Amino acid sequence: MSILKEEFPVEAMDFVTAGEASAQIKRLLKKLGVDAGVIRRLSIACYEAEINLVIHSDGGKLVLEVDSNEVTLISEDVGPGIPDIDLAMTEGYSTASEDVRMMGFGAGMGLANMARNADRFDISSKVGEGTTIKMYFSL
Amino acid sequence: MKLGQIMKLLDARAISDTVDEELEIQCACASDMMSDVLAFPKEHMILLTGLVNPQVMRTCDMLDIRAVVFTRGKLPSAEALRMANEEGISVLATENTQYIASGKLYAGGMDNGTKG
Ligand SMILES: Nc1ncnc2c1ncn2[C@@H]1O[C@H](COP(=O)(O)OP(=O)(O)O)[C@@H](O)[C@H]1O
Ligand SMILES: [Mg+2]
Repeated sequence: MSILKEEFPVEAMDFVTAGEASAQIKRLLKKLGVDAGVIRRLSIACYEAEINLVIHSDGGKLVLEVDSNEVTLISEDVGPGIPDIDLAMTEGYSTASEDVRMMGFGAGMGLANMARNADRFDISSKVGEGTTIKMYFSL
Repeated sequence: MKLGQIMKLLDARAISDTVDEELEIQCACASDMMSDVLAFPKEHMILLTGLVNPQVMRTCDMLDIRAVVFTRGKLPSAEALRMANEEGISVLATENTQYIASGKLYAGGMDNGTKG
């Protein structure tokens, strides 16, 4: 049974608000009394997903769904998509620009870190259309 | 190690409205890449960084990092400092480089939170 479902739009290349959605999501989960360890793992994965929406996509959203035994976090965007997902998942691989690196991102650790922190991780992408990432956290 | 002792070791000054010198810090992470910080999170960690933008404070918020030291005389951007004050994060600044600051903390008994 769904306890909560909420969407958070994320704008491309907006470095001032980048991370705001993740901060809101973290607060929401805290208020719901979700286990601190789950919140920590989800916050890390969520923030990396949000930053990817900002630096790699043309805009998208994070969707949080909480039910009694699982939290689902979906990152969905319109954008260039990922041609080679295995390569993109490799730690250290990044197509981020020098500008993005100056902002402290683009180390190529994000996708692998999301996969590591989520209990289940699904990624699908269509070149020229966009990318969808689904992450599940057991309660 | 208490934050007050870290301030002494690094000859660091307070930048945020409040600095909790009694804060217990168990390990340190030095990086300008927030993804690296997010990949190796530890509890009761202090962050040493030369990155001054708001994403530093976002990263702290996500990882429950309660103290940050800006190295090499760098200072947080106005927005980053505003966020730190709002979140009650203790912000320090030192003239030491990242390398020297890390060395001083390590020599002072601080490790990176991993055993061995
Ligand atoms: N939402 C996305 N849309 C398009 N490409 C993406 C997206 N997310 C990740 N990528 C691609 O996968 C690569 C690796 O992503 P990640 O591991 O998060 O590292 P980083 O963001 O630091 O580059 C990115 O450099 C980019 O090429
Ligand atoms: Mg990334």
